[in-house]
Amino acid sequence: MVGKTESQNGAVKATAAPAMNLESDLFSNFSFKSFKLKTKQQELLLRVSILGLVYILAFITRLFSVLRYESMIHEFDPYFNYRTTLFLTEKGFYEFWNWFDSESWYPLGRIIGGTLYPGLMVTAAFIYWTLRFLRFAVHIREVCVLTAPFFASNTTVVAYFFGKEIWDSGAGLVAAAFIAICPGYISRSVAGSYDNEGVAIFALLLTFYLFVKAVNTGSLAWALASAFGYFYMVSAWGGYVFIINLIPLYVLVLLITGRYSMRLYVAYNCMYVLGMLLAMQIRFVGFQHVQSGEHMAAMGVFFLMQVFYFLDWVKYMLSDTKLFQAFLRITVTSAIAVGALALGVGTASGYISPWTGRFYSLLDPTYAKDNIPIIASVSEHQPTAWSSFMFDFHILLFLFPAGLYFCFKKLSDATIFIVMYGLTSMYFAGVMVRLILVATPAVCLISAIAVSATIKNLTSLLRTKSKTAVAGSSKGTGGSKASSKASFDQSQPFQKNGAIALLLGAFYLLSKYATHCTWVTSEAYSSPSIVLAARGAHGNRVIFDDYREAYFWLRQNTPPDAKVMSWWDYGYQITAMGNRTVIVDNNTWNNTHIATVGRAMSSYEDEAYEIMRSLDVDYVLVVFGGVTGYSSDDINKFLWMVRIGGGVFPVIKEPDYLVNGDYRVDKGAAPKMLNCL
Amino acid sequence: MLSLTIILIPIFLFISGASSHQIRINNAERRIDLSTHIVKVFLTLKVENTGKTSASEILLAFPPTQVDHLAFLEALAATGKKKKKTYVSLAVKPTQLPDAPNETNYYTIVLANPLNTGETATLEILYILTHSLEPFPVEISQSESQLVYYRDSALILSPYHIKQQTTFIKIPSNKVESFTRVEPTDRAGNELKYGPYEDRPPYSYSPLLVHFENNNPFSVVEELVREVEISHWGNLQITEQYKLAHAGARHKGIFSRVDYQSKPAFSGVSSFKHLLARLPPRVHSVYYRDEIGNISTSHLRADSWKISELEIEPRYPLFGGWRATFVIGYGLPLEDFLFESSDGRRYLNFTFGCPLVETVVDKLTIKVVLPEGAKGPSAVVPFPVEQRLETKYSYLDVVGRTVVVLEKKNVVPVHNIPFQLYYTFKPIFMLAEPLMLASAFFLFFTACVAYLHVDLSIRK
Repeated sequence: MVGKTESQNGAVKATAAPAMNLESDLFSNFSFKSFKLKTKQQELLLRVSILGLVYILAFITRLFSVLRYESMIHEFDPYFNYRTTLFLTEKGFYEFWNWFDSESWYPLGRIIGGTLYPGLMVTAAFIYWTLRFLRFAVHIREVCVLTAPFFASNTTVVAYFFGKEIWDSGAGLVAAAFIAICPGYISRSVAGSYDNEGVAIFALLLTFYLFVKAVNTGSLAWALASAFGYFYMVSAWGGYVFIINLIPLYVLVLLITGRYSMRLYVAYNCMYVLGMLLAMQIRFVGFQHVQSGEHMAAMGVFFLMQVFYFLDWVKYMLSDTKLFQAFLRITVTSAIAVGALALGVGTASGYISPWTGRFYSLLDPTYAKDNIPIIASVSEHQPTAWSSFMFDFHILLFLFPAGLYFCFKKLSDATIFIVMYGLTSMYFAGVMVRLILVATPAVCLISAIAVSATIKNLTSLLRTKSKTAVAGSSKGTGGSKASSKASFDQSQPFQKNGAIALLLGAFYLLSKYATHCTWVTSEAYSSPSIVLAARGAHGNRVIFDDYREAYFWLRQNTPPDAKVMSWWDYGYQITAMGNRTVIVDNNTWNNTHIATVGRAMSSYEDEAYEIMRSLDVDYVLVVFGGVTGYSSDDINKFLWMVRIGGGVFPVIKEPDYLVNGDYRVDKGAAPKMLNCL
Repeated sequence: MLSLTIILIPIFLFISGASSHQIRINNAERRIDLSTHIVKVFLTLKVENTGKTSASEILLAFPPTQVDHLAFLEALAATGKKKKKTYVSLAVKPTQLPDAPNETNYYTIVLANPLNTGETATLEILYILTHSLEPFPVEISQSESQLVYYRDSALILSPYHIKQQTTFIKIPSNKVESFTRVEPTDRAGNELKYGPYEDRPPYSYSPLLVHFENNNPFSVVEELVREVEISHWGNLQITEQYKLAHAGARHKGIFSRVDYQSKPAFSGVSSFKHLLARLPPRVHSVYYRDEIGNISTSHLRADSWKISELEIEPRYPLFGGWRATFVIGYGLPLEDFLFESSDGRRYLNFTFGCPLVETVVDKLTIKVVLPEGAKGPSAVVPFPVEQRLETKYSYLDVVGRTVVVLEKKNVVPVHNIPFQLYYTFKPIFMLAEPLMLASAFFLFFTACVAYLHVDLSIRK
């Protein structure tokens, strides 16, 4: 309850920020003479305190899950991250880097150090070691639980600076407030959701901000910083591919629109070359960064930049335009020919690997459904429904186009970037539910521009009126906008009232947004999904803790080298909480192996026994939710087992398990369905 | 040869002179309580000195199998007639005798007043054995109940001549599979009576085996670490780490949750679902969790003036051979446990032992974390324990806190008696950490102010 009221207050306060900023210099003229604080200092104080409040708000609004449940790790993947972090803090970095994990993917094992993005674990371990050094006796679990909220808070700060860079500091503050409570982001960064995304969104926004800053200033230092930001992003999340494609795209757009400049050249080249070299240090990425299809766009744009620069130089050297035209034609054709040839040869010789399935499925939403059932089976890879857009963005969805309008009205290098970021990420968000997360910062920033610009215009309207009454003591501050409005002033008599009404409407909307966000956070996104809570018949809270009961039993009462077979969803949790070897887990790198398990699960018992013997399985874990009405149990997932199993082993056919095309689990179910494991 | 005799003679003299033959036990009554998995034996001995010199020590003999499981031994001397009986606690110490037959072990009871020739004395002895019930069959399924063996001797093992002796064995229910008959043997309900046996010479032994049903929870804490952290700001924080096991017959076959919940009377009778912990009064901020998170099944009946009861359920019902580890933590008001002694030292008065009811602890470690700056710790424990010192670093510690570690094996509920820990502490140390924090913040703000007011740019 405390968190709720506080968050509302904070949000309203923060959204009111630009208005307050503008009023602050008014204030200084009248009353604060005795304080002798300069206007600038006052503004700084206000800005810092608002930002501080937003920072705290972003943190505490994510603590609902801790209050409702407990300080625990949520869902599936975070358990793997937690387990690896634990390993890192116990054994040190070197051991972690060379860790061969024999507890997962049982007969095969998994090279953890080479197949994960270590950014999150290293970050958490670093925070842990720092706190330990400062003599704060915290447990690594608490650090892991609170890593995501902490980075969400940091993201708000980055959002502020980003907003300031592309528009003004008012937009920055609004953006910070928006992103602090936006459900699209909260869904992946509540306390306990210890996943790569929590850190990655911070890194993503930081990289973008630093890059835009580098483009705006042309400074090598900023470009360097953005390369390091990119490095951090690569180390944290596979979504770095988005950066390495968006930035070249942006550069390309700038080139086409004739906005090529030395600043852009410096920023992009430094960022790309250094970022590439740094990214290749991550073992999971390695040479993919120069070889795989997803990264080719960046490289192409890099060479294009060189050609552009070269042409520029030749143009400068050659005074004859005719000669230059001819030269241009030859160079461009030869450059394109060489590029195409290199790409063709590379692809044909296998040096450049083709695009992966996930990447394809992003561009073509129907691809995964037809070809890779394992990607399609994940609920967060489904195309997004309108309702979930509304759920995650609320009024931002309407403010987004308005913000785009403002951006187009005042085009600059920075606004072009945010527009491109917003549009591309919105498309991806439509393709996959989980990518709403990537779109969230862009949506927040663009909406913040809309809100900030609207409120600024409205308040300046109000102020020009009041200022004439006060007899223009502060002339310089209003600037050009006030004078432009002044001419507008005479034409509409009800302008002031209209402005007030619009302002009130805007505040109403914003407060609605704040309430919605708080409600969504507390109701929808704070469930750890390991522990289920329900309301009992008498309104009391009933907690189902059966998952942990099972895992803990495995941990305590099975031989330490027991192998557990379950559907892959539970793999990470079994290794982390049960501390036992699993056959398959959530790192779905080997489709055949998963299909084998799917086959075992969907075969007759005697066949299944054979398969399990061959996999050396000691225990089988199945989840049945029939008693409590828990819907996501193994029966519900069964069709996916059949589909994935059938994808590799044609023995298994989906129609065998269906009755007249329907999936039934009761008496009328298909005979094969009833007799399988 | 000569030297050998020289050594042998004094030993012989010592044995014959000191003990065996001059003491006779006129009447011995033994009551063995097998109702839980902790075996309690009450032994009443009427001892007479028939020798020529006065005797000040009485020997108790235990077979080697029992001595390993002996958790507690207490001897009281009863004086006065019925109704007006008063008991005096007597010192008991383990003794080695060189000619012990079959590795018999001895404990010496030191009498308060030496027993003169012809005098008699009544001794009340209580000893407690753990891990002495052996489940048979070793593995049972969910629907079976648990049967156990108890092995002992029908005759009391003693280095003395016993004139008359009787043994009563109390078992938890009427269900007895079998028991050894050493006539006269009698069974009445849930009690077996062996004896009376007349005039048995020293070291007589007659094996005895009782096979009966015992469905009481065999809860054994294999390892318990209790950490008591003293904060002079008014709190005593206790963290207890349990490694609990069901030491009864191992579970065989599958576990059916449906059967377990629908037919509690027939299914899993030997398993246990919940445990009761008795915590001190005014306990607060109790938590109950394990490595993977909070366990939501616990109830606390807290009370401000009497013992609080914490009922905890492990994540799953414990069947034979299953294990569970968990942590219980709670806070207590400091003024209930920390006092100042007359010489200016402070002392902690805290209960030794395990708060769980009817539980055996195989290895108990108590760690008392003294506040930073405390000096000269010394522990006073009513029974022998191993002691050592450690250092622990907690929040904002610079030099670390002294930790007094007390270790004891084989702890039973009778050991739940207070021990004292004395140390000296200057209250000024309490302020060290707040001052550190305050100065850190002060420095931070000063740095901020300095940053805002000082122009650091190189360019003018």
